[in-house]
Amino acid sequence: MTEHVVIVGGGTGGAVLANNLAERLAGEIDADDVRVTLVNDDPDHVYKPVWLYVPFGQREPGDARRPLTELVDDRVDVRIDRVTAIDTDAQRMQSMEGPDPIEYDTLVLATGSTLAPDEIPGLADAGHDYYSEAGATDLRDDLLSFTEGHLVLSVVGTPHMCPAAPLEFVFMVDDWLRERGLREDVDVTYTYPIQRVHGNPHIAEWARPIMDERDIGVETFFNAEEVDADEQVLRSMEGTDIDYDLLVTIPPHRGVDLVEEAGLGDRGWVEVDKHTLEAEAAEHVYALGDTADTGMPNAGSVAHYQAGVVAQRIASEVRGQPATATYDGKTLCFIETGMDAASFVEFDFERPPSPAPPSRKLHWSKLAYNEAYWLTARGLL
Amino acid sequence: MTEIDVEADETVDARGAACPGPLMDLIGKMRSVEPGTVVRLLSDNDQSLTDVPEWTEEAGNELHGVEEREDHHAFYVEKA
Ligand SMILES: Cc1cc2nc3c(=O)[nH]c(=O)nc-3n(C[C@H](O)[C@H](O)[C@H](O)COP(=O)(O)OP(=O)(O)OC[C@H]3O[C@@H](n4cnc5c(N)ncnc54)[C@H](O)[C@@H]3O)c2cc1C
Repeated sequence: MTEHVVIVGGGTGGAVLANNLAERLAGEIDADDVRVTLVNDDPDHVYKPVWLYVPFGQREPGDARRPLTELVDDRVDVRIDRVTAIDTDAQRMQSMEGPDPIEYDTLVLATGSTLAPDEIPGLADAGHDYYSEAGATDLRDDLLSFTEGHLVLSVVGTPHMCPAAPLEFVFMVDDWLRERGLREDVDVTYTYPIQRVHGNPHIAEWARPIMDERDIGVETFFNAEEVDADEQVLRSMEGTDIDYDLLVTIPPHRGVDLVEEAGLGDRGWVEVDKHTLEAEAAEHVYALGDTADTGMPNAGSVAHYQAGVVAQRIASEVRGQPATATYDGKTLCFIETGMDAASFVEFDFERPPSPAPPSRKLHWSKLAYNEAYWLTARGLL
Repeated sequence: MTEIDVEADETVDARGAACPGPLMDLIGKMRSVEPGTVVRLLSDNDQSLTDVPEWTEEAGNELHGVEEREDHHAFYVEKA
């Protein structure tokens, strides 16, 4: 009987996993012992980190897209379809294209994050973001012509994708306005939900002095409750009001509804064993990347490392061997500190991050990584 | 051991979450409940012992007490 491995989601985690399995299980796939299907609801693979550069006019949204079939090994069946329901007891899923259910022996959920601006009244209409393709292009239209006033970057919900990206945005905006001689006319404020500027205390400790030095205003313990678009005011649960001229937010995030409906976890995040990445609530189900609730950042690097772990585990299981590969929390992240300097952190469950001194070299490394990403997704790097 | 004089209406189990997970989980819950609701947060992260009282005060909510349990703490927070 042919074992059917189905991956839902062809983003960073899903694509890397599909290619890793294609290579690892080439023999078994060619012998029809195993079949790997990758289901994605968009014919394109989207590399979200490009969006950070779109508002500054440095990259185009199209630069973040490539057809999935160009990236994924021919041994993998790519199915452009949206999974709409999962029955983990029957090991079966429904999809939009249907009509027959998709049956699996092993399921991997790599469905990523979605934005939920509607959870905050007024946010969807008044706030800008660079966490979606449309958000990044709309923000570009306003940012490129913004020459004076109060720019507010508010982190509304956590967890959110790429915990470094809000810091990167304010550091970049500060530098970019300075280069253009506009910084005197623009006030920049950064808000964060807890008592420091970043969830990770080590990164917060590193970032705060840089913000002070560069005159970036900070409001901590700020949890946005509502946006009054007419008055241009952002109000917090803690009772603080901030007037803005340009509001950029990191909207609340959720996983996909599918996960909650299948009883696999709240708000669309799959409850997993953070080492094995197996779902807690069902057998034969793995989750990786943003949707896997491991307590580690929602970052592409995390999805990438987790894909390697899940691939090894699935290959062992297919061969009837005990699966021993585990995820150790490895996270790697470049942090832009301006338009031509960046820092870098690497950490895991045991070792805390220690940001490297910002340099031009690290900035160029980040840009080079973003180019080389297409090789990573193909499984070549 | 603190005497807790209220009953919890809702519980947020954030045991196992790394910081700032437990506080964020509490804030998330407080967003969705009505004023007067008492939320019990379970956390095994020691940072919560400072984080949670600081935030509840900042937000004007009331911390009724912290229960020390075998391997975690239970925080009782009432939404103002
Ligand atoms: C502005 C920005 C900057 C970032 N910068 C960095 C960075 O510098 N470094 C870094 O490591 N990370 C960065 N990230 C985070 C990174 O992009 C994500 O963490 C990463 O994409 C997560 O990978 P994933 O595979 O879990 O999900 P995704 O890449 O989001 O892929 C999920 C896929 O699942 C599909 N899908 C969802 N539901 C269904 C369904 N029901 N049926 C079929 N398909 C479905 C989606 O269409 C999507 O293709 C950044 C993110 C943003 C927004």
